[in-house]
Amino acid sequence: MRSLYISIYSEFYKSRKTLAFWASILLPLIICSLITFGFYSSSEKILNLHQPSMILWLRYISAALGVMGILILPFYVIFMAFSVNNIEHKNDTWKSLFAQPLNKFSIYAAKYIFAVILIFLSLFLFCSLTFAFGHLLQLLVPKFNFNQYDPSIILIKFYAKLFLSSLGILSIQFILSLLWGDFLKPMGIGFVGTIMGIIAGNVGWKYAYLIPYSHPSLVLSGSKAAANPSNFPIFTNEIYTSLIYASVLFILGYFIVTKKSIK
Amino acid sequence: MSTFAIETVGLNFNFGQQAILKNLALQVPKGSIYGFLGPNGAGKTTTIKILLNLLKSPSDQVFIFGKEINNNRIAILKRVGALVEQPAIYGHLTGKENLVNRCLLLGIKRSKADEMLALVGLTEAANKKSNQYSLGMKQRLGIALALVSDPELLLLDEPTNGLDPNGIIEIRNLMIELTTKHKKTILVSSHLLAEIERTATHVGIINKGELLFQGTIQELQLLNKPLLEIEVTDIDRASMLIEEKGYEIATKTDAKICIPFVSQTESGMINTLLVQNGFTVTSLSQQRKDLENLFLDITKTN
Repeated sequence: MRSLYISIYSEFYKSRKTLAFWASILLPLIICSLITFGFYSSSEKILNLHQPSMILWLRYISAALGVMGILILPFYVIFMAFSVNNIEHKNDTWKSLFAQPLNKFSIYAAKYIFAVILIFLSLFLFCSLTFAFGHLLQLLVPKFNFNQYDPSIILIKFYAKLFLSSLGILSIQFILSLLWGDFLKPMGIGFVGTIMGIIAGNVGWKYAYLIPYSHPSLVLSGSKAAANPSNFPIFTNEIYTSLIYASVLFILGYFIVTKKSIK
Repeated sequence: MSTFAIETVGLNFNFGQQAILKNLALQVPKGSIYGFLGPNGAGKTTTIKILLNLLKSPSDQVFIFGKEINNNRIAILKRVGALVEQPAIYGHLTGKENLVNRCLLLGIKRSKADEMLALVGLTEAANKKSNQYSLGMKQRLGIALALVSDPELLLLDEPTNGLDPNGIIEIRNLMIELTTKHKKTILVSSHLLAEIERTATHVGIINKGELLFQGTIQELQLLNKPLLEIEVTDIDRASMLIEEKGYEIATKTDAKICIPFVSQTESGMINTLLVQNGFTVTSLSQQRKDLENLFLDITKTN
């Protein structure tokens, strides 16, 4: 346990000055700020629609969720899986990492967990910044009615579901980035996978839930239909599939690490 | 207790079909500086990676401090520090941060990082990003990283690569100090014998995966037979005369004849012989082949 903890802490220490780490903070900050600015600058137009508070919130939340879920989240996950491994590929440090008196499982699991933490952090920030900036809009434009509805349950459920749905992609990309030191192979496969996933998810293919890359878009398209927006189940087919992919590939990755010769 | 810090027993290693190490039997005594010599591609780095369990060795062939490596990986790695090939450094971190990160992983106090920087003369560059370091500075940082855990056994793969003469001397002195004062064992690989000659107490010579020589540096020097070098006029006739008298000519150039050195009396007799036959001997000296040539001979003939 101790070696897992120090390995995770070392991952943080190593990456705290890299773009990958800051991306997980800056990405939600920038996207949420842009959307908030959009709402602020076109507040007159929005106010003219005279929407009830809940609809206004949904409109606001889905602005971030829409781009995030379909396009940015899969690519962000692909990038995180890449960068956590690339820090060792780029500096040729696998050999010194595995020559430390730490068990190989800790070194491997720490990298995986750190990538999960970064994704969690990013989605957590998306969730809380959406909430906070909505209330900020209310302060800036008092005519808005953001204060008449509490969106926290919708937000938490959506982002929790997105988080769980991203773990399948993460595990595939993690193994690809572990095996290959270059950027193009895992990125290329991830790109093709994501496009396939989006198409499969959007055309409503019956077995789309079997493709990890379609999970985030399935989360969004699957939850829209509900009459009460906060009333949708978290554990659906695509989430179970995502978790199964994640656990199987996590274990498989460990066997790859133990058998791999460090060149 | 084994007297060897490192012992390999009939170690074989293949990359696919290609045999990299053949029946390697390294014996590195505790407290020694073991010079591990061989031309590029002889299998030195592969051996070092096996000693660090980065490459999986067959069971019961590699023993560090008497313990089998595959079954005692963590216990062994706790006592070993290493610099493999070019130093493994995180370029986006400063030199100090690289050391602090290593301290974190090893559970050592962070203050040790400053101590190490001072030891390898990088205190002034401590807060500079290490991808801006020169090759020599990176090498020093790599050595600092290898030393930070205060290991009993150091594996250094070409540690003086890219260092200037001053740097080379510093590393040499550091190695001597570590073994004499701090009772460490060092295995240092190189393809340059001249570099090892000054520090090593023991030498192993490897070529194409086979150990061609292993022993103390004195034993290596004994292999090195001296020659009598004769500078004389009319080389061709002189060499004929020498051969007629039953001496074996080792080498002959336009200006010199070399024959195996036997004794000083013998040398005097050859001189007399040449002078009495009308040759002018301009120089007569005992030459020891330098180890560099010996090394080349050993690796070439096999």
